[in-house]
Amino acid sequence: MFKLVKQLTSLVAMFAVLFAFSTETMAAKKSKTLENTKKRGFVRCGVSQGLPGFSNADESGNWTGIDVDVCRAVAAATLGDATKVKFTPLSAKERFTALTSGEIDILSRNTTWTLSRDADIGLTFVGVNFYDGQGFMVRKGSGIKSTSEFKNGTSVCTNLGTTTELNMRDFFDSRGISYEPVVFEKADEVVAAYDAGRCDTYTTDKSGLAAQRTKLSAPDDHVVLPETISKEPLGPVVRQGDSVWEDIVRWSLNTMIEAEEYGVNSSNADMMKTSNNPAIKRLVGAEGELGAAFGLDNDWNLRIIKQVGNYGESYKRNIADTGILPDRGPNELWTKGGILYVPPAR
Amino acid sequence: MNNIIKKFLPQILAILFVVLIFGFLTINAQTNMDNRGIDFGFGFLSQESSFDVQFSLIEYSGSDSYARAFLVGLLNTLLVSFISIIFCTILGVIIGVARLSSNYLIKNSAAWYVEFFRNIPLLLQIFFWYYAALRALPLPEKANAWFGVTYMTVKGYYIPAMVWENLNVFLYCGLAAIISIIVLRKYANNLRDTQGKQIPVLLYSIALLIILPLLSFLFGGVSLEFELPQLKKLSKISYIYEGGISLPPELIALVLALSLYTSTFVAECVRAGIEGVSKGQKEAAASVGLTPNQVLKLVIMPQALRIIIPPTTNQYLNLTKNSSLAAAIAYPDLVLVFAGTALMQTGKAIEIVSITMLTYLTISLTIAAIMNWYNKKIEIKEK
Repeated sequence: MFKLVKQLTSLVAMFAVLFAFSTETMAAKKSKTLENTKKRGFVRCGVSQGLPGFSNADESGNWTGIDVDVCRAVAAATLGDATKVKFTPLSAKERFTALTSGEIDILSRNTTWTLSRDADIGLTFVGVNFYDGQGFMVRKGSGIKSTSEFKNGTSVCTNLGTTTELNMRDFFDSRGISYEPVVFEKADEVVAAYDAGRCDTYTTDKSGLAAQRTKLSAPDDHVVLPETISKEPLGPVVRQGDSVWEDIVRWSLNTMIEAEEYGVNSSNADMMKTSNNPAIKRLVGAEGELGAAFGLDNDWNLRIIKQVGNYGESYKRNIADTGILPDRGPNELWTKGGILYVPPAR
Repeated sequence: MNNIIKKFLPQILAILFVVLIFGFLTINAQTNMDNRGIDFGFGFLSQESSFDVQFSLIEYSGSDSYARAFLVGLLNTLLVSFISIIFCTILGVIIGVARLSSNYLIKNSAAWYVEFFRNIPLLLQIFFWYYAALRALPLPEKANAWFGVTYMTVKGYYIPAMVWENLNVFLYCGLAAIISIIVLRKYANNLRDTQGKQIPVLLYSIALLIILPLLSFLFGGVSLEFELPQLKKLSKISYIYEGGISLPPELIALVLALSLYTSTFVAECVRAGIEGVSKGQKEAAASVGLTPNQVLKLVIMPQALRIIIPPTTNQYLNLTKNSSLAAAIAYPDLVLVFAGTALMQTGKAIEIVSITMLTYLTISLTIAAIMNWYNKKIEIKEK
């Protein structure tokens, strides 16, 4: 059933490209996307169909996750209200078409930043909100401790339309191991097939493995192997051609990370206005005219921090406290041994 | 003059309208794609695909081109459609005839079968056969051998592979057998028309089909060996069969669902066809002294087929198009491989979706052409 709905959405997206009258000629310093967003009253954001910690909807339809928070931050900055977001769940296959055809304005759906995606298909990546890498999950009882123990004929379950499919081929090919890729369109189908014993191993980004493991019938019988076979910098994407909108999304994300670096969070943001540190004052809109560059007011970054919180708060709320990946690993600030490093907001 | 205008003007306008619509769509898509920084072109087809496919009828690896990946998907679609069409036809004919049986039990079971399978959405049936059957099947190491040498497991159905020597000699013998059967039939028909003599053509045909290839084994140097699937350990708890041929469970589930579903429609076509031949035909044939077999073969079936073929063609077309649901259960058909993975990796949505649509159109038109040819062949020939 969902399949049909999904195919319909792809089709609609395609026809949108075919029929839409071309109106998007950019004037300097003016963002058509921002104008339309303000007129509409909400930010249109593409997310996953359910990946705990990143973008996941509860029973009452409330979306949570660190990918969701990026869109909320943009809504807080541009519209003044972090709840003014319309989320569109997209499969890996539909996501780029939905963005390029103008169905959504931000794609925040654990999407890997690669050269060909950035350069080829009308997309622009604005930053990284999670450093991930592809890993493998196997059954504990198999006794496999490392990917070097995979043998010829191993069957591998994974998702369609992702960099995973390419990395997997590079990995097995370079080691001369023959394998059987079993590729499903939806993550839930991958989990079900792996659970049934169809595959010896399940591969996707390690954060995804950690999140999907909770859906298995006996999560404790499965283990994620230590090796990481690829770099997967995940981040939000926008359409090519609207550089002001691109900057708004980029700096909304950067604001969250920089706020954590300077110890500004949702509860102390207002007090920080009187801080002695000019960098902090700029971060809460008490100094400089940073918002004007995007056509926003000067409180745009303060609203992000107050309504959504800094990156650390978002991580803790969505990923650490839910038990998905309590250890921040590379997603720790550069000042604390991680690789999270953003250009200064000044 | 007036007449000519009346005749051609509407047609010219209609053509103009179609051309304009297509022109508008093309130009509009072009502008929109330009604005969004998307290039249009089919150059990607020759690029390296960089992804692997689970099941392929031809040699394929990630270093081959997208065009070859397309071919892999196309062949997989054709394979699943071909097998399912054969199964659904056999099953459909049996069920259709069974519905006309005078035996209460047979008649009603057939009716129940039809009502059950045609009223459940196909996608659900595919999910059922895949997930339910998958969970019920044993792991490779626990599988019992079927017929001694084949194994049905959660990872697929493993059957022995045939290793031929001098296969071509065997094939020539098979071809010779078929040609001699055609000649024999011609001769038998001629004999019947001129002298009224009947010879058991079917019996001779079967004999030819067995004896000629058998001779190739005895004198042609043909030999056939079977490579049996062998259990191989992958880790402490996981096993796989090596050697032989492995049919993935995705293919089996898809063939099952497609043939069971479509066979119900074929059965109804068959029933309609047979019931469409008037009762008098049968009685008349019996009264001139034909045996019940002859009545069926010479009188009922030729007339029933004319009614059966056109709607059955529709069912074959439906089946082929329905096979695109394969993507739901990871069977690497055209939609999954080409309109799925390839589309995602290249981002060429308009190009790939158009190629895929054109391909399905071509397959459907080909099937329709073959069936139309057959229909022409069996329709009433006025003498």
